[in-house]
Amino acid sequence: MTHKILLGALAAAAILGAGAAQAQTLNDVKNRGNLRCGTNTGLAGFAFPDANNVWQGFDVAYCRAIAAAVLGDPMKVDFVPLTSQTRFTALAAGEVDVLVRNTTWTFVRDVDLKFTFAAVNYYDGQGFMVRKDLGVSSAKELDGAKVCIETGTTTELNLADFFRSNGMSYDPVPIETNAAAQQQYLAGACDVYTTDVSGLAATRASFADPQNHVILPEVVSKEPLGPLVRHGDDQWADIVRWVSNALVAAEELGITSANIGELKANGHPNPEVNRLLGREGDLGAMLGLDANWAVRAISAAGNYGEIFATNIGEGTPIGLARGLNALWTQGGLQYTPPFR
Amino acid sequence: MSEAFFRTEMLPQQPPPLRETGAVKWVRENLISSWLNAILTAVSLYVVVVLLAWIVPWFWNSVWIADSLSHCREILAGRSGGCFAVITERWLQLLFGAYPPALYWRPIAAFVLLFVALAPMLFTGLPRRMLWFSAAYPFLGYWLIWGGTPWFAVTAALGFVVAGIAYRAFETRGGAVPLIAAAAAAIVWWVFLAGAARGALDAALPVGIEFVRSDRLGGFLISMIIGVSGIALSLPIGILLALGRRSDMPIVKMSCVIIIEFIRGVPLITLLFTASLLLNYFLPPGTNFDLILRVIIMVTIFSAAYIAEVIRGGLASLPRGQFEAADSLGLDYWRAMRLIILPQALKVSIPGIVNTFIGLFKDTTLVVFIGLLDPLNLANAIRADQKWNGIYWEIYIFIGALFFAFCFAISRYSMYLERRLKTDHR
Repeated sequence: MTHKILLGALAAAAILGAGAAQAQTLNDVKNRGNLRCGTNTGLAGFAFPDANNVWQGFDVAYCRAIAAAVLGDPMKVDFVPLTSQTRFTALAAGEVDVLVRNTTWTFVRDVDLKFTFAAVNYYDGQGFMVRKDLGVSSAKELDGAKVCIETGTTTELNLADFFRSNGMSYDPVPIETNAAAQQQYLAGACDVYTTDVSGLAATRASFADPQNHVILPEVVSKEPLGPLVRHGDDQWADIVRWVSNALVAAEELGITSANIGELKANGHPNPEVNRLLGREGDLGAMLGLDANWAVRAISAAGNYGEIFATNIGEGTPIGLARGLNALWTQGGLQYTPPFR
Repeated sequence: MSEAFFRTEMLPQQPPPLRETGAVKWVRENLISSWLNAILTAVSLYVVVVLLAWIVPWFWNSVWIADSLSHCREILAGRSGGCFAVITERWLQLLFGAYPPALYWRPIAAFVLLFVALAPMLFTGLPRRMLWFSAAYPFLGYWLIWGGTPWFAVTAALGFVVAGIAYRAFETRGGAVPLIAAAAAAIVWWVFLAGAARGALDAALPVGIEFVRSDRLGGFLISMIIGVSGIALSLPIGILLALGRRSDMPIVKMSCVIIIEFIRGVPLITLLFTASLLLNYFLPPGTNFDLILRVIIMVTIFSAAYIAEVIRGGLASLPRGQFEAADSLGLDYWRAMRLIILPQALKVSIPGIVNTFIGLFKDTTLVVFIGLLDPLNLANAIRADQKWNGIYWEIYIFIGALFFAFCFAISRYSMYLERRLKTDHR
């Protein structure tokens, strides 16, 4: 989402000082009895505390699934709210066990900041929103537009690249947060608001007149968001990766939070279902967990499709279509290696 | 005398002409005393009316009971109006963060007792014995908010008792000896003995209230904790720094100057980032050094540097004769400072000190940048709930009102204090 550029350098410097992350995260989590999950301080649909201070959202569901798999209880999670500036140092310093904070998988973060991206739970990309009465149907017609843009982010750089490569000019209106952007855009300070498409959809859903605003079809960047862990503890990275994979595989194999109890009890003709649910083989033991790890992970908040539908899907006010995040069998990119 | 050229009795008093009394006079003098003023009055009135026409209906129509912003909009049906239903639903969260609702009485009790503890310091009319409660309050407040076993707070407090005993024992030596003895005794107690004492007390009397972790704290509670601890700790540290900066001893003076100038030269946000990001790398891995404690330390140091300079201003304003008079009375340094110099210097410094305190209190909102869920960050988190996404002014008005009430109270108290102490040397 917002990728502050400065912090990259800061985090890198800090990590060099810290040295390689210590192994044995799994033991630490088990001894502590709860999972420390780095999350957003508040992002619509992805992570926010509700009125009872229970964290909700798409990223939060991933934390709960990991906690359920490792500790047997999806509520045994300490959510550590992190800003885009503090997230990487918090992970590198061991303040959190896993960071699920709509963080884009990039080369520098993976290689230079020494993190391991375990999976991609949401394929996002930068888009544009305009008022319908502007009569614009493509981002290529935006020459000379006033654009509300969050400063110091990769969105800003993507915007500059897009306009330059199309030979257009624009007038940036710098803003600090999504809330400020909403106010500026609605007040007419800018013609266009640009950020990740999921953010645009959430913003549009909050307007009094969402039907008068359109999100243009162009997506100008790749933003694969996913959970990440420190380098140096491959066992822990495997756990986070395969919990994520289990959620996707569950959707693919038709395992839902509703029928999982029955499938676990009675089995299924497809042996992969049985392996995933721990009826056959010993996949759990290979991860250092018990046989029911995937059952608990999937029961925590449902399979990938259910998590998506509950938090950001078309039935919610945010109303995101599956798009790139549909299963590979349905034309999307969500794909998991086989469980064998 | 048959004919008088002068009155024999007084004329009865007449009321002044209408244009010279009451509201009419006030309007003539203040609003339309000249053409230019008349025009300015008209323009101002127009602006006020336009603003009120916009604000009053917004408040008047505002919705206080609704499930979500869209529900608010349904109720408003196109009229302009606030959606304060978000405050109705979330005000406890804005005040207490994620503090367990069943235990709300604890921070409330800590808040009420805070005023009991402050009262003897703020108002001299109260019995001096209440100061003992003020001295115990920091430990009591800590225990009420975080809970757990009371013995940690008790053993920590005993350190000061030990220091007091040591001070008494060496009081006759004069100079800095009693102070050094007190500090040494307290350090010995905290480092070597407090842990054992706490263990023994825990074993003997395993009582306690439910422990609340720091990450459950949030909202206005966190602002109060950081603000009040920062204010309470930075004043004594600031006084010591100010005295150190005016000291004749070169090492003391140098170190104080370096501390003050370094801290003042660095923005508070940098210090907060240091607290939240860098300190972890200096500490051994696995130490869980509470983030709120780290922030309190940084905020205290920051504010102490400013307080030191304010008080140095107060010290500089005293005529040299005061220092010489103290010396000629044969008082040693600490007595001279305590009895003669500081009372005068602090009195002159009150507006500056209060100014720094109010600034400090408002600066606590900067913790938003390190992810602590203070009221401003909670505003962001509440907006992330799709029910309330799009709410803007209502939450900020609520938070602003809370901060205003608190800062205004501090400022009124300082005006009262100035009047009472008559700082203007009349």
